[in-house]
Amino acid sequence: MGDETTRAAIEAVWRLESTRLIAALVRIVRDVALAEDVAQDAIVAALAAWPATGIPDNPGAWLMTTAKRRAIDVFRARARHDQAAARLAHDLAESVDEDPTAGIDHVEDDVLRLMFICCHPALTPEAQTTLTLKLVAGLSTREIARAYLAPEATVAQRVSRAKRTLAEAGAAIEEPSGDERAERLGTVLGVVYLLFNEGYSATEGEDWTRPALCDEAVRLGRILTALVPGDPEVLGLAALMELQSSRLAARADADGEPILLDAQDRERWDATRIRRGLELLARADALVAADGPDAEPGPNVLQASIAAEHARATSVDDTDWARIAALYERLGRRTGSPVVELNRAVALGRANGPEAGLALLDQLADLPALRGYHLVPSVRGDLYERLGRGEEAAGEFERAAAMTSNARERALLSRRARAARDAGARGHSS
Amino acid sequence: MRFLCMVKMDETNPQGDPPPELYQAMAEYDREGRVNGTLIDSQGLLPSAAGAIVSLADGRIKATDGPFAEAKELVGGYAVVDVHSREEAVELGRRLMQIHVDHWPGWEGSVEIRQIAEY
Repeated sequence: MGDETTRAAIEAVWRLESTRLIAALVRIVRDVALAEDVAQDAIVAALAAWPATGIPDNPGAWLMTTAKRRAIDVFRARARHDQAAARLAHDLAESVDEDPTAGIDHVEDDVLRLMFICCHPALTPEAQTTLTLKLVAGLSTREIARAYLAPEATVAQRVSRAKRTLAEAGAAIEEPSGDERAERLGTVLGVVYLLFNEGYSATEGEDWTRPALCDEAVRLGRILTALVPGDPEVLGLAALMELQSSRLAARADADGEPILLDAQDRERWDATRIRRGLELLARADALVAADGPDAEPGPNVLQASIAAEHARATSVDDTDWARIAALYERLGRRTGSPVVELNRAVALGRANGPEAGLALLDQLADLPALRGYHLVPSVRGDLYERLGRGEEAAGEFERAAAMTSNARERALLSRRARAARDAGARGHSS
Repeated sequence: MRFLCMVKMDETNPQGDPPPELYQAMAEYDREGRVNGTLIDSQGLLPSAAGAIVSLADGRIKATDGPFAEAKELVGGYAVVDVHSREEAVELGRRLMQIHVDHWPGWEGSVEIRQIAEY
Protein backbone atom coordinates (compact mmCIF):
# COMPACT_ATOMS: atom_id res chain seq x y z
CA MET A 1 0.00 0.00 0.00
CA GLY A 2 1.53 3.35 -1.02
CA ASP A 3 1.88 6.11 1.57
CA GLU A 4 -0.74 8.29 -0.11
CA THR A 5 -3.18 5.41 -0.27
CA THR A 6 -2.60 4.62 3.39
CA ARG A 7 -3.11 8.25 4.31
CA ALA A 8 -6.42 8.38 2.46
CA ALA A 9 -7.48 5.10 4.09
CA ILE A 10 -6.55 6.42 7.55
CA GLU A 11 -8.52 9.60 6.86
CA ALA A 12 -11.49 7.41 5.93
CA VAL A 13 -11.17 5.52 9.23
CA TRP A 14 -11.07 8.84 11.08
CA ARG A 15 -14.22 10.03 9.31
CA LEU A 16 -16.06 6.89 10.28
CA GLU A 17 -14.75 6.71 13.84
CA SER A 18 -14.14 10.23 15.11
CA THR A 19 -17.68 11.03 16.30
CA ARG A 20 -18.09 7.82 18.23
CA LEU A 21 -14.55 8.03 19.56
CA ILE A 22 -14.84 11.61 20.81
CA ALA A 23 -18.35 10.98 22.15
CA ALA A 24 -17.17 7.99 24.21
CA LEU A 25 -14.07 9.85 25.39
CA VAL A 26 -16.22 12.75 26.61
CA ARG A 27 -18.11 10.25 28.79
CA ILE A 28 -14.84 8.79 30.09
CA VAL A 29 -12.67 11.90 30.62
CA ARG A 30 -15.54 14.33 31.28
CA ASP A 31 -13.93 17.13 29.32
CA VAL A 32 -14.74 17.89 25.69
CA ALA A 33 -11.47 19.68 24.87
CA LEU A 34 -9.39 16.89 26.41
CA ALA A 35 -11.50 14.26 24.63
CA GLU A 36 -10.81 15.88 21.28
CA ASP A 37 -7.11 16.33 22.08
CA VAL A 38 -6.50 12.69 22.98
CA ALA A 39 -8.57 11.53 19.98
CA GLN A 40 -6.35 13.73 17.78
CA ASP A 41 -3.26 12.23 19.46
CA ALA A 42 -4.59 8.78 18.62
CA ILE A 43 -5.01 9.59 14.93
CA VAL A 44 -1.52 11.11 14.84
CA ALA A 45 -0.21 7.87 16.34
CA ALA A 46 -2.15 5.94 13.69
CA LEU A 47 -0.62 8.03 10.91
CA ALA A 48 2.81 7.14 12.30
CA ALA A 49 2.16 3.43 12.88
CA TRP A 50 -0.29 2.18 10.25
CA PRO A 51 1.70 2.84 7.07
CA ALA A 52 4.17 0.22 8.39
CA THR A 53 1.81 -2.20 10.17
CA GLY A 54 -1.22 -1.83 7.93
CA ILE A 55 -4.64 -0.80 9.25
CA PRO A 56 -5.61 -3.01 12.21
CA ASP A 57 -8.61 -5.36 11.95
CA ASN A 58 -10.56 -3.19 14.35
CA PRO A 59 -9.21 0.34 13.85
CA GLY A 60 -11.85 1.91 16.10
CA ALA A 61 -10.73 -0.16 19.08
CA TRP A 62 -7.07 0.63 18.33
CA LEU A 63 -7.82 4.37 18.31
CA MET A 64 -9.88 4.13 21.50
CA THR A 65 -7.15 2.24 23.41
CA THR A 66 -4.48 4.67 22.23
CA ALA A 67 -6.60 7.70 23.17
CA LYS A 68 -7.35 6.24 26.62
CA ARG A 69 -3.63 5.62 27.27
CA ARG A 70 -2.92 9.20 26.31
CA ALA A 71 -5.65 10.41 28.68
CA ILE A 72 -4.09 8.35 31.49
CA ASP A 73 -0.79 10.15 30.85
CA VAL A 74 -2.53 13.52 31.02
CA PHE A 75 -4.36 12.65 34.25
CA ARG A 76 -1.20 11.25 35.85
CA ALA A 77 0.64 14.46 35.03
CA ARG A 78 -2.14 16.41 36.72
CA ALA A 79 -2.49 14.00 39.64
CA ARG A 80 0.13 15.66 41.78
CA HIS A 81 -2.09 18.75 42.16
CA ASP A 82 -5.47 17.22 41.60
CA GLN A 83 -7.05 14.33 43.53
CA ALA A 84 -9.87 13.89 41.00
CA ALA A 85 -7.36 13.52 38.18
CA ALA A 86 -5.53 10.85 40.16
CA ARG A 87 -8.75 8.88 40.58
CA LEU A 88 -9.62 9.21 36.89
CA ALA A 89 -6.15 8.04 35.91
CA HIS A 90 -6.56 5.00 38.14
CA ASP A 91 -10.06 4.11 36.89
CA LEU A 92 -9.01 4.57 33.29
CA ALA A 93 -5.93 2.39 33.73
CA GLU A 94 -8.22 -0.37 35.06
CA SER A 95 -10.46 -0.20 32.02
CA VAL A 96 -8.01 0.46 29.22
CA ASP A 97 -7.60 -3.15 28.21
CA GLU A 98 -11.19 -4.25 28.62
CA ASP A 99 -13.18 -5.49 25.63
CA PRO A 100 -13.02 -2.63 23.14
CA THR A 101 -16.52 -3.39 21.87
CA ALA A 102 -17.99 -2.86 25.37
CA GLY A 103 -18.57 0.82 24.65
CA ILE A 104 -21.03 0.03 21.88
CA ASP A 105 -23.83 -0.18 24.45
CA HIS A 106 -23.45 3.53 25.08
CA VAL A 107 -22.99 4.74 21.56
CA GLU A 108 -26.39 6.38 21.01
CA ASP A 109 -26.30 8.11 24.41
CA ASP A 110 -22.70 9.18 23.87
CA VAL A 111 -23.32 10.77 20.48
CA LEU A 112 -26.51 12.48 21.65
CA ARG A 113 -24.65 13.86 24.68
CA LEU A 114 -21.97 15.18 22.35
CA MET A 115 -24.66 16.91 20.27
CA PHE A 116 -26.15 18.49 23.40
CA ILE A 117 -22.69 19.76 24.35
CA CYS A 118 -21.96 21.19 20.89
CA CYS A 119 -25.32 22.98 20.95
CA HIS A 120 -25.02 24.16 24.54
CA PRO A 121 -27.11 27.29 25.24
CA ALA A 122 -24.03 29.16 26.50
CA LEU A 123 -22.67 29.13 22.92
CA THR A 124 -23.55 31.52 20.11
CA PRO A 125 -25.37 29.99 17.11
CA GLU A 126 -22.19 30.39 15.10
CA ALA A 127 -20.17 28.52 17.74
CA GLN A 128 -22.87 25.82 17.92
CA THR A 129 -22.83 25.12 14.19
CA THR A 130 -19.03 25.21 13.99
CA LEU A 131 -18.56 22.86 16.93
CA THR A 132 -21.24 20.50 15.61
CA LEU A 133 -19.48 20.35 12.25
CA LYS A 134 -16.15 19.75 13.94
CA LEU A 135 -17.02 17.20 16.61
CA VAL A 136 -20.18 15.49 15.39
CA ALA A 137 -19.84 15.69 11.60
CA GLY A 138 -16.09 15.11 11.87
CA LEU A 139 -15.08 17.92 9.50
CA SER A 140 -11.60 19.40 9.73
CA THR A 141 -11.06 23.08 10.48
CA ARG A 142 -10.04 23.54 6.85
CA GLU A 143 -13.23 21.93 5.56
CA ILE A 144 -15.38 24.08 7.82
CA ALA A 145 -13.49 27.18 6.69
CA ARG A 146 -14.10 26.22 3.06
CA ALA A 147 -17.78 25.63 3.74
CA TYR A 148 -18.19 29.03 5.39
CA LEU A 149 -15.75 30.90 3.12
CA ALA A 150 -13.95 31.97 6.27
CA PRO A 151 -10.20 31.97 6.94
CA GLU A 152 -9.02 28.76 8.61
CA ALA A 153 -7.56 30.75 11.51
CA THR A 154 -10.96 32.30 12.19
CA VAL A 155 -12.62 28.91 12.41
CA ALA A 156 -9.84 27.53 14.61
CA GLN A 157 -10.27 30.49 16.91
CA ARG A 158 -14.04 30.02 16.96
CA VAL A 159 -13.57 26.37 17.96
CA SER A 160 -11.14 27.10 20.78
CA ARG A 161 -13.26 29.95 22.09
CA ALA A 162 -16.31 27.67 22.06
CA LYS A 163 -14.42 25.01 24.02
CA ARG A 164 -13.37 27.59 26.56
CA THR A 165 -16.97 28.72 26.94
CA LEU A 166 -18.02 25.11 27.47
CA ALA A 167 -15.36 24.57 30.11
CA GLU A 168 -16.47 27.71 31.94
CA ALA A 169 -20.09 26.59 31.75
CA GLY A 170 -19.13 23.15 33.10
CA ALA A 171 -20.95 21.67 30.16
CA ALA A 172 -19.06 18.51 29.42
CA ILE A 173 -20.81 15.82 31.40
CA GLU A 174 -24.22 17.11 32.28
CA GLU A 175 -27.11 14.90 31.24
CA PRO A 176 -30.26 16.96 30.75
CA SER A 177 -33.52 15.25 31.62
CA GLY A 178 -37.24 15.92 31.37
CA ASP A 179 -38.27 19.33 30.09
CA GLU A 180 -34.69 20.49 29.83
CA ARG A 181 -33.84 17.53 27.62
CA ALA A 182 -36.74 18.36 25.29
CA GLU A 183 -35.61 21.98 25.14
CA ARG A 184 -32.00 21.01 24.44
CA LEU A 185 -33.12 18.61 21.71
CA GLY A 186 -35.06 21.49 20.20
CA THR A 187 -31.86 23.55 20.18
CA VAL A 188 -29.96 20.73 18.47
CA LEU A 189 -32.64 20.51 15.78
CA GLY A 190 -32.48 24.28 15.35
CA VAL A 191 -28.70 24.20 14.91
CA VAL A 192 -28.89 21.42 12.32
CA TYR A 193 -31.56 23.32 10.39
CA LEU A 194 -29.52 26.52 10.57
CA LEU A 195 -26.64 24.61 9.03
CA PHE A 196 -28.93 23.25 6.33
CA ASN A 197 -30.33 26.67 5.48
CA GLU A 198 -26.89 28.22 5.23
CA GLY A 199 -26.16 25.58 2.59
CA TYR A 200 -29.55 25.86 0.91
CA SER A 201 -29.54 29.61 0.41
CA ALA A 202 -26.20 31.03 1.36
CA THR A 203 -26.57 34.40 3.04
CA GLU A 204 -23.14 35.64 1.98
CA GLY A 205 -20.74 35.33 -0.90
CA GLU A 206 -20.81 34.35 -4.54
CA ASP A 207 -22.58 31.01 -4.43
CA TRP A 208 -26.33 30.65 -4.25
CA THR A 209 -26.13 27.28 -2.55
CA ARG A 210 -23.47 25.26 -0.74
CA PRO A 211 -24.52 21.67 -1.23
CA ALA A 212 -21.74 20.34 1.02
CA LEU A 213 -23.29 22.06 4.05
CA CYS A 214 -26.72 20.70 3.10
CA ASP A 215 -25.28 17.20 2.85
CA GLU A 216 -23.71 17.46 6.31
CA ALA A 217 -26.98 18.70 7.77
CA VAL A 218 -28.94 15.90 6.12
CA ARG A 219 -26.44 13.40 7.53
CA LEU A 220 -26.76 14.92 11.02
CA GLY A 221 -30.54 14.69 10.69
CA ARG A 222 -30.21 11.03 9.75
CA ILE A 223 -27.98 10.42 12.78
CA LEU A 224 -30.57 12.09 15.02
CA THR A 225 -33.31 9.78 13.73
CA ALA A 226 -31.13 6.86 14.87
CA LEU A 227 -30.49 8.44 18.29
CA VAL A 228 -34.04 9.61 19.02
CA PRO A 229 -36.27 7.44 16.80
CA GLY A 230 -39.56 8.14 18.56
CA ASP A 231 -39.64 11.93 18.25
CA PRO A 232 -41.87 13.32 15.48
CA GLU A 233 -39.98 16.62 15.34
CA VAL A 234 -36.69 14.79 14.74
CA LEU A 235 -38.27 12.79 11.93
CA GLY A 236 -39.95 15.97 10.67
CA LEU A 237 -36.64 17.79 10.41
CA ALA A 238 -34.98 14.85 8.65
CA ALA A 239 -37.96 14.70 6.24
CA LEU A 240 -37.86 18.44 5.64
CA MET A 241 -34.15 18.42 4.79
CA GLU A 242 -34.47 15.42 2.47
CA LEU A 243 -37.38 17.07 0.65
CA GLN A 244 -35.74 20.50 0.38
CA SER A 245 -32.40 19.10 -0.72
CA SER A 246 -34.10 17.07 -3.46
CA ARG A 247 -34.37 20.39 -5.33
CA LEU A 248 -30.71 21.42 -4.92
CA ALA A 249 -29.58 20.42 -8.40
CA ALA A 250 -32.58 22.13 -10.01
CA ARG A 251 -32.18 25.39 -8.05
CA ALA A 252 -29.18 26.66 -10.01
CA ASP A 253 -28.12 26.50 -13.65
CA ALA A 254 -24.75 25.31 -14.96
CA ASP A 255 -23.23 28.73 -14.21
CA GLY A 256 -24.54 28.70 -10.65
CA GLU A 257 -27.31 31.24 -11.32
CA PRO A 258 -30.45 30.66 -9.23
CA ILE A 259 -33.56 29.15 -10.81
CA LEU A 260 -36.83 29.95 -9.04
CA LEU A 261 -39.48 27.36 -8.26
CA ASP A 262 -41.69 28.29 -11.25
CA ALA A 263 -38.86 27.71 -13.70
CA GLN A 264 -37.30 24.60 -12.17
CA ASP A 265 -37.12 21.42 -14.21
CA ARG A 266 -38.89 19.05 -11.83
CA GLU A 267 -37.38 16.10 -13.65
CA ARG A 268 -34.14 17.16 -11.97
CA TRP A 269 -35.56 16.87 -8.48
CA ASP A 270 -33.92 13.93 -6.73
CA ALA A 271 -36.62 11.24 -6.60
CA THR A 272 -34.73 9.13 -4.05
CA ARG A 273 -34.52 12.00 -1.59
CA ILE A 274 -38.19 12.78 -2.12
CA ARG A 275 -39.11 9.16 -1.43
CA ARG A 276 -37.00 9.14 1.74
CA GLY A 277 -38.46 12.46 2.83
CA LEU A 278 -42.02 11.29 2.31
CA GLU A 279 -41.29 8.06 4.22
CA LEU A 280 -39.85 10.01 7.15
CA LEU A 281 -42.82 12.37 7.12
CA ALA A 282 -45.24 9.44 7.15
CA ARG A 283 -43.45 8.06 10.24
CA ALA A 284 -43.64 11.48 11.90
CA ASP A 285 -47.35 11.83 11.05
CA ALA A 286 -48.03 8.39 12.52
CA LEU A 287 -46.32 9.37 15.77
CA VAL A 288 -48.34 12.59 15.98
CA ALA A 289 -51.56 10.70 15.24
CA ALA A 290 -50.72 8.20 18.01
CA ASP A 291 -50.86 11.12 20.46
CA GLY A 292 -54.60 11.41 19.87
CA PRO A 293 -56.96 13.03 17.37
CA ASP A 294 -56.35 16.55 18.65
CA ALA A 295 -52.55 16.35 18.61
CA GLU A 296 -51.10 19.20 16.60
CA PRO A 297 -47.82 18.54 14.78
CA GLY A 298 -44.78 20.62 15.68
CA PRO A 299 -43.09 23.16 13.40
CA ASN A 300 -40.74 20.70 11.72
CA VAL A 301 -43.52 18.30 10.78
CA LEU A 302 -45.61 21.21 9.47
CA GLN A 303 -42.72 22.52 7.39
CA ALA A 304 -42.03 19.04 6.06
CA SER A 305 -45.74 18.76 5.14
CA ILE A 306 -45.43 21.97 3.13
CA ALA A 307 -42.27 20.73 1.40
CA ALA A 308 -44.10 17.46 0.66
CA GLU A 309 -46.89 19.38 -1.13
CA HIS A 310 -44.28 20.86 -3.46
CA ALA A 311 -42.58 17.50 -3.91
CA ARG A 312 -45.84 15.80 -4.90
CA ALA A 313 -46.93 18.48 -7.38
CA THR A 314 -45.96 18.13 -11.04
CA SER A 315 -45.92 21.91 -11.60
CA VAL A 316 -46.46 25.22 -9.80
CA ASP A 317 -50.03 25.32 -11.12
CA ASP A 318 -50.68 21.75 -10.04
CA THR A 319 -49.63 22.62 -6.46
CA ASP A 320 -52.24 22.60 -3.69
CA TRP A 321 -51.56 26.20 -2.64
CA ALA A 322 -54.70 26.39 -0.49
CA ARG A 323 -53.40 23.49 1.65
CA ILE A 324 -49.97 25.12 1.78
CA ALA A 325 -51.51 28.41 2.94
CA ALA A 326 -53.47 26.52 5.61
CA LEU A 327 -50.28 24.74 6.76
CA TYR A 328 -48.47 28.07 6.96
CA GLU A 329 -51.30 29.42 9.06
CA ARG A 330 -50.91 26.54 11.53
CA LEU A 331 -47.15 26.98 11.46
CA GLY A 332 -47.54 30.70 12.11
CA ARG A 333 -49.74 29.95 15.13
CA ARG A 334 -47.06 27.56 16.46
CA THR A 335 -44.04 29.78 15.86
CA GLY A 336 -45.35 33.36 15.71
CA SER A 337 -42.73 33.90 13.01
CA PRO A 338 -43.22 36.85 10.63
CA VAL A 339 -41.21 34.97 7.97
CA VAL A 340 -43.84 32.23 8.07
CA GLU A 341 -46.50 34.89 7.51
CA LEU A 342 -44.52 36.15 4.55
CA ASN A 343 -44.56 32.65 3.09
CA ARG A 344 -48.28 32.45 3.75
CA ALA A 345 -48.69 35.63 1.69
CA VAL A 346 -46.92 33.89 -1.20
CA ALA A 347 -49.17 30.83 -0.87
CA LEU A 348 -52.33 32.96 -0.62
CA GLY A 349 -51.21 34.91 -3.68
CA ARG A 350 -51.13 31.63 -5.56
CA ALA A 351 -54.27 30.12 -4.07
CA ASN A 352 -56.59 33.16 -4.15
CA GLY A 353 -54.86 35.56 -6.52
CA PRO A 354 -52.16 38.24 -6.13
CA GLU A 355 -54.53 40.69 -4.39
CA ALA A 356 -55.02 38.24 -1.52
CA GLY A 357 -51.25 37.96 -1.15
CA LEU A 358 -50.82 41.74 -1.20
CA ALA A 359 -53.55 42.19 1.42
CA LEU A 360 -51.64 40.02 3.87
CA LEU A 361 -48.33 41.59 2.89
CA ASP A 362 -49.72 45.06 3.72
CA GLN A 363 -50.48 43.84 7.23
CA LEU A 364 -46.90 42.59 7.62
CA ALA A 365 -45.09 45.53 6.11
CA ASP A 366 -44.42 47.35 9.36
CA LEU A 367 -43.29 44.38 11.47
CA PRO A 368 -39.87 45.25 12.87
CA ALA A 369 -38.64 41.66 12.36
CA LEU A 370 -39.17 41.96 8.61
CA ARG A 371 -37.57 45.38 8.23
CA GLY A 372 -34.50 45.08 6.01
CA TYR A 373 -35.50 41.55 4.91
CA HIS A 374 -35.01 41.46 1.14
CA LEU A 375 -37.69 38.82 0.54
CA VAL A 376 -40.44 41.28 1.54
CA PRO A 377 -39.96 43.57 -1.50
CA SER A 378 -39.09 40.52 -3.58
CA VAL A 379 -42.47 38.88 -2.81
CA ARG A 380 -44.27 42.18 -3.33
CA GLY A 381 -42.54 42.64 -6.68
CA ASP A 382 -43.62 39.18 -7.72
CA LEU A 383 -47.25 39.89 -6.82
CA TYR A 384 -47.21 43.28 -8.65
CA GLU A 385 -45.68 41.60 -11.67
CA ARG A 386 -48.48 39.09 -11.82
CA LEU A 387 -50.99 41.95 -11.66
CA GLY A 388 -49.28 43.56 -14.67
CA ARG A 389 -47.98 46.46 -12.57
CA GLY A 390 -44.50 46.25 -14.12
CA GLU A 391 -43.10 49.62 -13.04
CA GLU A 392 -44.02 49.07 -9.38
CA ALA A 393 -42.69 45.50 -9.56
CA ALA A 394 -39.37 46.77 -10.91
CA GLY A 395 -39.07 49.21 -8.01
CA GLU A 396 -39.63 46.41 -5.48
CA PHE A 397 -37.11 44.10 -7.13
CA GLU A 398 -34.54 46.90 -7.11
CA ARG A 399 -35.14 47.51 -3.43
CA ALA A 400 -34.73 43.78 -2.75
CA ALA A 401 -31.51 43.65 -4.80
CA ALA A 402 -30.04 46.44 -2.71
CA MET A 403 -30.92 44.57 0.51
CA THR A 404 -29.47 41.09 -0.13
CA SER A 405 -25.83 40.26 0.58
CA ASN A 406 -25.74 37.23 -1.74
CA ALA A 407 -24.20 38.17 -5.10
CA ARG A 408 -26.14 35.61 -7.16
CA GLU A 409 -29.43 36.65 -5.64
CA ARG A 410 -28.66 40.31 -6.23
CA ALA A 411 -28.00 39.62 -9.90
CA LEU A 412 -31.22 37.64 -10.20
CA LEU A 413 -33.29 40.40 -8.58
CA SER A 414 -31.71 43.04 -10.83
CA ARG A 415 -32.58 40.94 -13.87
CA ARG A 416 -36.15 40.59 -12.64
CA ALA A 417 -36.32 44.37 -12.14
CA ARG A 418 -35.22 45.01 -15.74
CA ALA A 419 -37.66 42.40 -17.09
CA ALA A 420 -40.53 43.88 -15.09
CA ARG A 421 -39.68 47.40 -16.26
CA ASP A 422 -39.56 46.27 -19.91
CA ALA A 423 -42.89 44.47 -19.52
CA GLY A 424 -44.35 47.55 -17.82
CA ALA A 425 -43.18 49.80 -20.66
CA ARG A 426 -44.65 47.45 -23.27
CA GLY A 427 -47.92 47.44 -21.29
CA HIS A 428 -48.11 51.27 -21.49
CA SER A 429 -47.36 51.54 -25.19
CA SER A 430 -49.98 48.97 -26.18
CA MET B 1 -21.41 10.77 -2.35
CA ARG B 2 -23.45 7.62 -2.39
CA PHE B 3 -22.27 4.10 -3.09
CA LEU B 4 -24.10 0.86 -3.69
CA CYS B 5 -22.26 -1.96 -1.92
CA MET B 6 -23.22 -5.44 -3.12
CA VAL B 7 -22.10 -8.46 -1.15
CA LYS B 8 -21.38 -11.30 -3.57
CA MET B 9 -21.09 -14.89 -2.49
CA ASP B 10 -21.63 -18.51 -3.38
CA GLU B 11 -25.28 -18.95 -2.47
CA THR B 12 -24.94 -22.69 -1.91
CA ASN B 13 -22.99 -21.89 1.31
CA PRO B 14 -20.40 -24.68 0.91
CA GLN B 15 -19.02 -23.75 4.35
CA GLY B 16 -22.39 -24.30 6.04
CA ASP B 17 -25.14 -21.99 7.19
CA PRO B 18 -24.24 -18.64 8.74
CA PRO B 19 -23.83 -18.88 12.54
CA PRO B 20 -26.02 -16.68 14.79
CA GLU B 21 -22.95 -14.66 15.80
CA LEU B 22 -22.74 -13.41 12.23
CA TYR B 23 -26.27 -12.00 12.34
CA GLN B 24 -25.51 -10.36 15.66
CA ALA B 25 -22.32 -8.77 14.30
CA MET B 26 -24.19 -7.61 11.19
CA ALA B 27 -26.86 -5.98 13.35
CA GLU B 28 -24.13 -4.12 15.26
CA TYR B 29 -22.54 -3.09 11.96
CA ASP B 30 -25.86 -1.66 10.75
CA ARG B 31 -26.34 0.13 14.05
CA GLU B 32 -22.91 1.76 13.71
CA GLY B 33 -23.83 2.84 10.21
CA ARG B 34 -27.02 4.47 11.43
CA VAL B 35 -25.31 6.25 14.31
CA ASN B 36 -22.50 7.64 12.12
CA GLY B 37 -24.99 8.59 9.43
CA THR B 38 -23.38 6.57 6.62
CA LEU B 39 -26.04 3.90 6.21
CA ILE B 40 -29.02 4.88 4.10
CA ASP B 41 -30.47 1.49 3.33
CA SER B 42 -29.47 -2.15 3.63
CA GLN B 43 -31.26 -5.37 2.81
CA GLY B 44 -30.50 -9.05 2.53
CA LEU B 45 -31.69 -10.90 -0.56
CA LEU B 46 -33.46 -14.27 -0.65
CA PRO B 47 -31.78 -17.06 -2.62
CA SER B 48 -31.97 -16.79 -6.39
CA ALA B 49 -34.64 -19.55 -6.37
CA ALA B 50 -37.07 -16.75 -5.42
CA GLY B 51 -35.88 -14.54 -8.28
CA ALA B 52 -35.70 -14.53 -12.06
CA ILE B 53 -33.59 -13.23 -14.91
CA VAL B 54 -35.06 -11.40 -17.87
CA SER B 55 -32.60 -11.33 -20.74
CA LEU B 56 -32.41 -10.00 -24.27
CA ALA B 57 -30.37 -11.92 -26.84
CA ASP B 58 -30.65 -12.13 -30.60
CA GLY B 59 -33.53 -9.70 -30.45
CA ARG B 60 -35.57 -11.97 -28.19
CA ILE B 61 -36.58 -11.28 -24.60
CA LYS B 62 -36.64 -14.33 -22.35
CA ALA B 63 -37.59 -14.68 -18.68
CA THR B 64 -36.02 -17.51 -16.69
CA ASP B 65 -37.03 -18.26 -13.11
CA GLY B 66 -34.34 -18.93 -10.49
CA PRO B 67 -32.38 -20.63 -9.10
CA PHE B 68 -29.68 -19.27 -11.37
CA ALA B 69 -27.39 -21.80 -13.03
CA GLU B 70 -24.24 -19.97 -11.90
CA ALA B 71 -24.50 -19.98 -8.10
CA LYS B 72 -21.12 -18.41 -7.38
CA GLU B 73 -20.69 -14.62 -7.17
CA LEU B 74 -24.37 -13.88 -6.66
CA VAL B 75 -25.53 -10.76 -4.86
CA GLY B 76 -26.72 -11.83 -1.40
CA GLY B 77 -27.39 -8.41 0.05
CA TYR B 78 -26.74 -4.75 -0.49
CA ALA B 79 -26.26 -1.47 1.31
CA VAL B 80 -26.53 2.11 0.10
CA VAL B 81 -24.06 4.31 1.96
CA ASP B 82 -23.52 8.06 2.02
CA VAL B 83 -19.85 8.93 2.63
CA HIS B 84 -17.23 11.58 1.84
CA SER B 85 -14.86 9.47 -0.24
CA ARG B 86 -14.43 6.16 -2.00
CA GLU B 87 -11.91 5.23 0.71
CA GLU B 88 -14.68 5.43 3.30
CA ALA B 89 -16.86 3.10 1.26
CA VAL B 90 -13.89 0.73 0.88
CA GLU B 91 -13.30 0.81 4.65
CA LEU B 92 -16.98 -0.02 5.22
CA GLY B 93 -16.58 -2.93 2.79
CA ARG B 94 -13.41 -4.08 4.53
CA ARG B 95 -15.22 -4.12 7.88
CA LEU B 96 -18.00 -6.19 6.40
CA MET B 97 -15.46 -8.74 5.22
CA GLN B 98 -13.77 -8.60 8.66
CA ILE B 99 -17.07 -9.57 10.26
CA HIS B 100 -17.15 -12.66 8.06
CA VAL B 101 -13.52 -13.47 8.94
CA ASP B 102 -14.42 -13.20 12.63
CA HIS B 103 -17.75 -15.01 12.62
CA TRP B 104 -18.12 -17.31 9.61
CA PRO B 105 -15.00 -19.45 9.17
CA GLY B 106 -14.40 -20.59 5.61
CA TRP B 107 -16.72 -18.06 4.01
CA GLU B 108 -15.46 -16.46 0.84
CA GLY B 109 -16.99 -13.65 -1.12
CA SER B 110 -16.60 -10.00 -2.04
CA VAL B 111 -18.19 -6.59 -1.82
CA GLU B 112 -18.64 -4.80 -5.12
CA ILE B 113 -18.64 -1.04 -4.44
CA ARG B 114 -20.14 1.22 -7.08
CA GLN B 115 -20.67 4.96 -6.94
CA ILE B 116 -24.23 6.09 -7.58
CA ALA B 117 -24.50 8.77 -10.26
CA GLU B 118 -25.86 12.03 -8.85
CA TYR B 119 -26.84 15.40 -10.30
